[in-house]
Amino acid sequence: MHAAVVVFPGSNCDRDLAVAFEAAGAKVSMVWHKDTKLPDGVDIVGVPGGFSFGDYLRCGAIAANSPICNEVKAHADRGGYAIGICNGFQVLAETGVLPGALLRNVGLKYICKTVGLNVVTSQCAYTEGYSAGDIIDIPIAHHDGNYFADDDTIARLQGEDRVAFTYTENPNGAKGDIAGILSANKRVLGMMPHPERAADAGHGGTDGQALFRALSGILTPA
Amino acid sequence: MKARVHVMLKNGVLDPQGEAVRHALGAMGFDSVNGVRQGKVIELDLADGTTEATVNEMCEKLLSNMVIESYTVEMS
Repeated sequence: MHAAVVVFPGSNCDRDLAVAFEAAGAKVSMVWHKDTKLPDGVDIVGVPGGFSFGDYLRCGAIAANSPICNEVKAHADRGGYAIGICNGFQVLAETGVLPGALLRNVGLKYICKTVGLNVVTSQCAYTEGYSAGDIIDIPIAHHDGNYFADDDTIARLQGEDRVAFTYTENPNGAKGDIAGILSANKRVLGMMPHPERAADAGHGGTDGQALFRALSGILTPA
Repeated sequence: MKARVHVMLKNGVLDPQGEAVRHALGAMGFDSVNGVRQGKVIELDLADGTTEATVNEMCEKLLSNMVIESYTVEMS
């Protein structure tokens, strides 16, 4: 598996994500936001957490219009795998690769703590290492994680088995308790919680490990 | 020439910041405030001849997120 991790000014989980991919057996290339091309043979693109471009204008808005994001979008459009975590989820929502948007947390506070997640589906490459109904502990660290989409979109996500994770106790006001969603072809995952921060015994939790391990089976370059 | 863009959260999208401002105003004794919506104003300094249609395109591609926000443009 060859993973590319996108780095924006203000990304701060890029190296953590690279370490998690490497621990799962991936070769990792770091890709700068000004790059206009993904490396050849990339199986999955990781869009990491952080505060790209200082969250100016809207979280993820400026990153979503950076040169590399055109490539990430094209990669997803041709059926490539991509995972956006935290700010990466905000970026993928801003590009339109994933539906909806992330609003300010309903309590207005930045929240940094480990939360319980329900694994809603195991029918995608990211969650096949879990069973639907599992509850896993994964850290969140965000100010704008309140998932919003219109009611039709929420119903469609639920009806098409595209909700990957929900919060056991909604920390941020997200509609439908949604913590992570999938694209229509289930190859793009966006999630606010940080599985890469629960992927090593030294992190204090390893519930995120199964996500990265499951990905090591992805060998189809897009 | 200039354009002034107002970006607001759409009706139906909860605005927790506006809500917090409303609470604060109420706590200060301004009990006539029924609701507060907070948005942003973006001023663009434009080359002469830039059309409102171009500014609308900027709004739809970057300045606002049409999933959650609406915008209005004033050209001057």
